[in-house]
Order: sequence, then structure tokens, then C-alpha cells
Amino acid sequence: MRYIPNASEDIREMLAVVGVDSIDRLFETIPDAVKLDRLLDLPGPWSEIEQRRWFNGLARKNRTAVDHDSFLGAGAYSHFQPACVDQLLLRSEFLTSYTPYQPEVSQGTLQSIFEYQTHQCLLTGLDVANASLYDGSTALVEAVLLAERVSRNRKKVVVAQSVHPHYRDTVTTYVQNLGLEVVEVPWGPDGRIDPEQLRDACTDDVMAVAVQSPNFLGVIEDYASIASIADGVKATKIAVIAEASSLGLLSPPGAHGFDVAVGEGQAWGIAPQFGGPYVGFMVVRDVLKRHMPGRLVGETVDVDGRRAFVLTLATREQHIRRGKATSNICTNEALIALAANIYLSLMGREGLREVAVQCVQKAAYLRQQLATTGLAEIPFSGPIYNEFTVRTSRPASEVLAAFAEQKILGGVAIGEFFPELQNDFLVAVTEMNTREQMDRYVEVLRGVVTKEAR
Amino acid sequence: MSTIIEKPEAAAKLAAAPAFNREGLIFEHSKKGRRGYSLPALDVPRRELSDLLPAELRRDTIDDECEVSEVDVIRHFTRLSKLNVSIDAGLYPLGSCTMKHNPRINEEIARIGGFAQSHPMQPEDQVQGNLELLWNLEQSLKEILGMPRVTLQPVAGAHRELTGILMIHKALATGGNARKYILIPDSAHGTNPASANFAGYGIRELKSNSRGTLDLDLLEKQVDEDVAALMITVPNTLGVFEDQITAIAGILHRKGAYLYCDGANLNSFVGIARPGDMGIDVIHSNLHKTFSTPHGGGGPGAGPVGVSERLIPFLPTPTIEKGDDGSFFLDYNHAASIGRVRAFNGNFGVLVRALTYMRSMGPTGLRRVAQLAVLNANYIRARLKAAYHLPYDAPSLHEVVFSDRNQTSRDVHTLDIAKRLMDYGFHPPTIYFPLIVAGALMIEPTETEPKEELDAFCDAMLAIATECEERPELVRSAPHTTPVRRLDEARAARQPILRWKP
Repeated sequence: MRYIPNASEDIREMLAVVGVDSIDRLFETIPDAVKLDRLLDLPGPWSEIEQRRWFNGLARKNRTAVDHDSFLGAGAYSHFQPACVDQLLLRSEFLTSYTPYQPEVSQGTLQSIFEYQTHQCLLTGLDVANASLYDGSTALVEAVLLAERVSRNRKKVVVAQSVHPHYRDTVTTYVQNLGLEVVEVPWGPDGRIDPEQLRDACTDDVMAVAVQSPNFLGVIEDYASIASIADGVKATKIAVIAEASSLGLLSPPGAHGFDVAVGEGQAWGIAPQFGGPYVGFMVVRDVLKRHMPGRLVGETVDVDGRRAFVLTLATREQHIRRGKATSNICTNEALIALAANIYLSLMGREGLREVAVQCVQKAAYLRQQLATTGLAEIPFSGPIYNEFTVRTSRPASEVLAAFAEQKILGGVAIGEFFPELQNDFLVAVTEMNTREQMDRYVEVLRGVVTKEAR
Repeated sequence: MSTIIEKPEAAAKLAAAPAFNREGLIFEHSKKGRRGYSLPALDVPRRELSDLLPAELRRDTIDDECEVSEVDVIRHFTRLSKLNVSIDAGLYPLGSCTMKHNPRINEEIARIGGFAQSHPMQPEDQVQGNLELLWNLEQSLKEILGMPRVTLQPVAGAHRELTGILMIHKALATGGNARKYILIPDSAHGTNPASANFAGYGIRELKSNSRGTLDLDLLEKQVDEDVAALMITVPNTLGVFEDQITAIAGILHRKGAYLYCDGANLNSFVGIARPGDMGIDVIHSNLHKTFSTPHGGGGPGAGPVGVSERLIPFLPTPTIEKGDDGSFFLDYNHAASIGRVRAFNGNFGVLVRALTYMRSMGPTGLRRVAQLAVLNANYIRARLKAAYHLPYDAPSLHEVVFSDRNQTSRDVHTLDIAKRLMDYGFHPPTIYFPLIVAGALMIEPTETEPKEELDAFCDAMLAIATECEERPELVRSAPHTTPVRRLDEARAARQPILRWKP
């Protein structure tokens, strides 16, 4: 057994020290009635050769960006993954260490989290970031719960209908027994949240307003006007960012008076890997820091006066406050936060901007090609970042299936979430997509649409 | 032995030198004009940004973001890494955390392009490989846990607890009365009461008896019509198996309540016994513990929740199903479901690693895991019990909890012993937990430690016990050899500095 070093000689010696004659004696406190009288019925043990054979066989059954042109987004994006990121993640000292509860032997992890927190603040324009949450959807949940804690008994939260449907569903699940009411506000013709309906929804019992930008339809929201409406009822303003690379170019929520920014950090060098592990982030205004969920790393000194880092403000957390903690979170996404830190450091001020500029330029190119050729309708007129909604005369699932036949992962159908939009799908374009891919995309769509016309 | 004792003292002198081996923040390495990346040139006609985005939606720069080269980045993070200890470098005996070896084949398999680059919003026919993998993982977990269904959606222990309690709430509410309280033993992990609270319940704490287990009489009195469930850890945080587990289940079930089992300690009985055979209604399993996925400095984790027959209708969506034609699909069609607990499909990358591990071990290997984990822990217990006080002497399984009672007379406490262990090259055990033991030292070696490493650890612990008698100040002022020494934690909390500023 290659992962279990002790063999028969070791076991004999150890049993003698313990003072029992067999390992079975050590399990006598487990009643015989519940002991399994057989081996588990499972495959294995397999050698590495057998592992590779079976798992590679499974992986080949998937269609992915490895051998397809991918235009998939909707909350998970294909971005450049620098070689350095994964190489550094594989370092034993990061990969195989635990939560840094003992700071003297965990300064590497602690300092990295402190740097990660700093990147989050710089990118969002807010003051205090935590060490990570599970993902974008649960980060939104935590933001709503935070808003409720500071709201003085308000129980209603307004959420834009253009927030990622999975995120909204997750909020609904979490708050089902907490007496909170979720009010959803639809979008207007430009794809942005409808300001009149938002104003109507913002009654004085609303504790928070949450919008996503760029939203699920790909449209960039107008933070300033949303903030002024929310301020009218003193609601906590929550910005959700499901495409974190957008922060390289778009004006951040902190610049428009938002109180909380939460989101999904997958775009920062993390593989899409079928949805996880990703990294949820949360950044808040300074006055909210003691209401923050999750771990926080702070700077201090050791007994010799040297700078050092440590988990701090822990009295918010479950291991101290138990039932009265600000969140139940314990294990977070530390290694993925490290990946994000490495990515953000490597790309830096210029690289983050250049990625975002390429996203905007390329998405604008494809969007214009589709619109000017008349092959597709662009149903929402609002400004976009790197993703947009496309409508054709055929059901989106059929169009996308035709794309897949040409080795193009052409987008994400959204009729599943919005039944009136059966012909609509989201198309995401990043720095990974070439002009050649986009031109081929247009040609393939031409074939799909004209085939229908004949 | 003598070299082990001498080394910390020699290094202590070295450590007194100011600021050695300290690495600045990445932002402090920044210099204008440095680049750590390159991208292909833009291959579409470049348009004026102002044509694409109005000025008020744009930012001009990311103020104070760093500018560093790839060399700067590699050096920086390599140097940072050297300030950590890790399981790859030696025993990391954190009780309840199951710090076992993380096999590298798991990492390789999770990085196969067909898995790593697969996208969570693809139609089912494009990701049959992933769905087949997840389906197989659920089948394996059903067999390991003895539960009829398992959800793979939750991504950490606390996330799973919340999922489990939400299911119980929904099941009870469907029957007309969701009830008000969750019973939680005083030995429980802090996430248990926190999760119960966020699922909408109040908490009633249960006192443990002198064995560290539950008294059935006390439980019988506490379980009334207001109690929704008991959250219990098996074996408990003392490593002691609740030998009355089936009777406990019976008491709860007779009153219409549920038995929730925190499966954090599954490593001690995997392949030996199954929660489903004990009357347990909900069990979660931390794949980052028993099933060897790396802890990564605090996450990611992953995790399944197994449920009994009567909770199946309430599982989170989606579930993974196999159709009559042999193809796999995601099923959202569960009217009574608690709903979605996270975007997408759980921590897939972690799930891949866990299934790889299960296949590496097979049924014989998994049984061996529990056997050696328990033997290793009992070996440490036998070697250290003369020097360290054992507050609960009931037979323990995969971990052993000592206290500092023998050392406090010399004014040396658990924290000091933990810090001194660092000078001997070991990460300390879990300390001051469980809360029912004053000055707890909770040691879990796992099955992946060779006898030599266990001996080196025990020798270090015994040497420290001697130091506590002979040179208590040396222990009280430890650690002496680590990159930094004891930290001013009060200052960190009183004047929080939570980010770098230029």
C-alpha cells in the first residue's frame, strides 16, 4: 500500500508498545452489530497506470476548449492561465499545509493572504477584503447576511433579476428559514436594471440592494444611478462581479459608493474545471469590517519587533463565537486565493488592464460582425464588457448543437433560466479568442441560419 | 536525541539576530516598467475605448497595483513558501484535521485538460465524462457511508452541515412542524452550532459524561417535541466512539427527530463500519480529510452529504442520474428539494482527486487506512501517557487528547508546548480543543506516518516534558528557530492593518 508506510515488522513493534495482540482489539469500542462483516464493494486498488487509463478515457468523453474554440461564459471564463501559477501552487509548502492557525510556521500562507486582500481592495476600490469565500454565489449570500446584521431589523433584500440565476437560487436556499424576503427587479430594454422598478422596489424596509455588473446578460450596470436610488432608503449597496477580469478596466464599485463588493475570482488564472474549486471574494467599507464573515489576516510584529502576519479579528468566527458567529464558514478556498494572488501579481497593473482591453475590443468586434451581417439580433443595447446576448430565429439549443458539430462551443443558452428567451444565448469573448476563430464563428452561424431559411 | 535537543538552542541564538530571511510584500518589489506577462498583439481593429465604453464606466488605472517580472514573482512565492511547514516535510499532527499524505497522481488526474478545461454551463451531452465520474463517485460514497443517496454539491464541512440541517428543516416543515432546536454536545466543533443557527435553529448544548460520550438518560430528557435533530461527531472530538450510537438514533427517531453525524472523523472507521448501519440520517464526509485531497493552507475542500431514505426528496439540486440509455444527466426535477446550495456542480476538481484516491486504495486499502490511523494514534498515546495527562482515558481511535495538567505546576502551558514543538521541526497538534478539556493537546497522526516519524515526534514530546521540569523558561519563550517568533496578536486585533498601503 504505497501511501501507508508501516508494514508488518513496524506493526508488530507498535502493537507490543500499545499492549494489544492485534489491530482488531483497538476497534472493540465499535459495537459488533454495526461493524461491516465484509469488504466494501468498490473497484481497486488501482496502480497509477490503471488510473491514467480510466480517467483519461473519461476526460476524452468531454468536449472542451482543449480542442474546440470556446465562447463560453455565464459565470466561468476561459482566460490565460500563466504557467507560473500552477507550478507555484504545486509547491509542497503551499499545497500540503493547513489553515495558518500557528503563525510562526505559516508566514508564507499568511503573507500571501495579506497580499491577496490588498489586491482585492485595489481592484474593487473598497477598504477591507477577507481571506476568501467558497465562490461567487455563496459570497453573495454572505453579503446579504452581512447587510441583514447591520440593518436594524429590516428583512427585505432587492436583487436584480440579471444577477446570475445560480447565485439567486443559492441566496433563496440559504435564507429560506431566516425570515428574509427576496424581491427581484427585472431589466429594461437596454438590459440594465429598470430604474423605475428599482425605485418602486426600494421601500424603507429594504436592507440591501444587490446588482451584478457586468450582469448575467453581459450588460454593464450604472452603479452611480443605482447607488443614488438605494441611498434613498439607506440600503446596503452590494455589487456582484461574476467576471473578475472586468475590474481591470471598469470603474470599480467602491468608486460609486457601494458598501460591499462580492464575486467570483475564477477569471484570475483559475481553470474552469466544471465549476470548482473557484474563489469567492468579499470586500467591504472599513466600517463593516467587524461584521465580515470568514478569515482575515492582519499585520503585526513578533516579540523581536519583526513584521509578521496573523489571523485576526477572530471573535467574529465560529471557532470562538460558535452559534453567534458572523458565518459558519471554516474551510475556505485558500489555495485558489493563492493562485489569484500569483496571477494578479504576475499580470500587475498593466497586464490586468491589457487583458480587459483585449476582452472589450474582441467582444465588440464579434458583436459588430454578428449585428452587421444580420445573422443575429443583439437584443440588449446597453454597454458590454466581454459577453453579450445573441438572439437568432432558431432555438438556442439547436444553434449551439450545430456549433458543437463544427468544434465550436458557441455559447450558453439562457432559456432554462428565462423561458421567454428560448432563442437567446450568451457569447463570451476573451483574450484567448483569435480573430480567425471569430470569423469562423460568423461563417458557421451563417450556415446554421441560412440552412433554416432554406 | 542529543542533537535534537541541542539544535533548538543553537538556532535560538541565530534567531535573536534581527530580521533574517524576511521577504517583503509583492507590492514592495514593484518597479515601474517591470512586466511578468506577455499577451498576443490585439488582432482585431483597435477602436477608441471611448467609442466602446462611456468614461464614467471606465477606470484609468488600477492605482498602486504592482509591476513585477516573472523572476520577481517566482522568487517571491518560493521564498514565502519556505516560511511554511507542510505535511510533505513531516508529521503534521493536527487533531480532527486528518493531515495525511496528498498523493500526486490525484493532482495529475485533476489537471487532465478534458477535466480542467471543461465548463460548468455546457449541455450534458458535452460533459458525459464528468457526469460519469461524478456518478461513480456517488456510488462509491453510498457504499462507503452505507447511505442510499449522496449529494456532491457542498464544498466544505460547514457548507455540508448547513445543507444537512436545511434538509432536516424542510422534512420536518413538510410534516407540519419544523421544530426549534438542534442538540449539540459540548465537545462539538464550532461550525456545528454556527451552521444550525444559519439554518434557522436555536441550539441546546448537551454535556458529555466522564467518558466524553453522551448519557442516554440525559439525552432522553432533552429530546422533546421542539428538538429537530442531534448533531453528533462519530467518533467524537476525543477520538472516542459513541458505542451507544444505535440507541441514540432510536431515542431521536422515537420522538420524530433526526440524527445528524459530523463525519469529520471518518478516517478512523472507513471500511470498518458504516454510518448508514447505525441509524444515522445525515452524514457528511470531508474529502479533504479522509480522501486525501490537499488542504492548501485552508481550502479548498469538498464534500458530500449522505442521507437516509426519508431525506432523499429534500436533497439539493441538481442530482446526477443515469438514464435508461446509459447516458448521464443532471436532474433538477425534485419538487421538495431545499434548492441549490452553490453555483455550478460543487468543487469538481476536488471530487476528481477524491475518486482517484478511492480507486488507488480500493476496498482493502481503505480498510487499512482506518486500521493504521488507529494504531498510529494509539502508539503515540502509549508512548506519551506517562508524561502527559490523559483527561479521558476511554479507548480512543484515530486521535488522542492530552492536557497540560502535568506541566502547569511549572507554569508551562499547552500553548508553550505547542510552540516548543516547532523548534523540534513539527507542526503542533490542535490546541485548546475540544473545549471540554482544559489545555487540550489533540493529536492525530493519520495512517501515512512511518514509525520512525512517530518515534521522532514522541521523542520530541518527551524531551519537551523534561524541559518543562528542568528549563521551563526555554519552553515558555519558544519558538526560537522559526522565521518569526511569538506574535503580538492583541496589537493585530486592536489596531487592525488588513492591507498594504503605499
